[in-house]
Amino acid sequence: MNLLGPALTVSAILFALGVAGVLLRRNAIVIFMCVELMLNAVNLTFIALAQQLGVAGHVFVFFVMAVAAAEAAVGLAIILAIYRHQETVNLQDLHILKG
Amino acid sequence: MTPTVVLFWAFSGIALVSAALCISRRSPLASALWLVVTLFALSAIFVALDAQFIGVLQVLVYAGAIMVLFLFVIMLLNLGRAGPSDVKGPWGLGVAAVLVGLMYAQLRTLPGAGPPEAIRLPEGTMAALQRERGMVQVVARPLFTDYLIPFEITSILLLAAVVGAVVLAKRKL
Repeated sequence: MNLLGPALTVSAILFALGVAGVLLRRNAIVIFMCVELMLNAVNLTFIALAQQLGVAGHVFVFFVMAVAAAEAAVGLAIILAIYRHQETVNLQDLHILKG
Repeated sequence: MTPTVVLFWAFSGIALVSAALCISRRSPLASALWLVVTLFALSAIFVALDAQFIGVLQVLVYAGAIMVLFLFVIMLLNLGRAGPSDVKGPWGLGVAAVLVGLMYAQLRTLPGAGPPEAIRLPEGTMAALQRERGMVQVVARPLFTDYLIPFEITSILLLAAVVGAVVLAKRKL
């Protein structure tokens, strides 16, 4: 049976949940995890389409994973640096850039 | 209903429920653990979609390496306990619901469209290719031929990320 349609639907819902998390939460680490959730929803789209369009989708997922790993390392280092200066990771309390 | 389809739906349910729990738990630690459950379910879905190698990578890289990094930082900053709720108030909830609903409606048109018939491979091509060449070689061959330059650029990206992470996280260089 062709699973393309269901897989794209699941991916759409996962992506929407990730966006909801980013918009609703204030904890920087949780927001970061929601971004990972969105990346994974896109990976699911690539894999679902690769079933019909060839192996390029798998290669792209490989690259997305490498970029996600790099992003997690740098992002978490930034959060650590912010915590060291401000003693908080709550985005509401971080407003030194506000005009 | 073949076993593959049953497995696909079962793990889709797990992935969606745990993703919802991930964005709604107050404690960042609980969020991270629910996200691990989502990633595991997604790797099972990848297997159901003929991407066994990517499924293994998902467990190794995402659930294994990236999530451990997240948990490590949560523990390091001592954020494990559920503090006061960090979810935005009714105003933020309304804005988020409208934006998410709008975006979901747009994404929802995607399953109906699908790729055009002319460029579609016949049903079962990927599975046959994997039976013939093995599931690692199917991904590895294009990675080291057609996509060699992006692959090398990825290594530079990872190097830059490592240097950047050390510079940012170290107190004194």
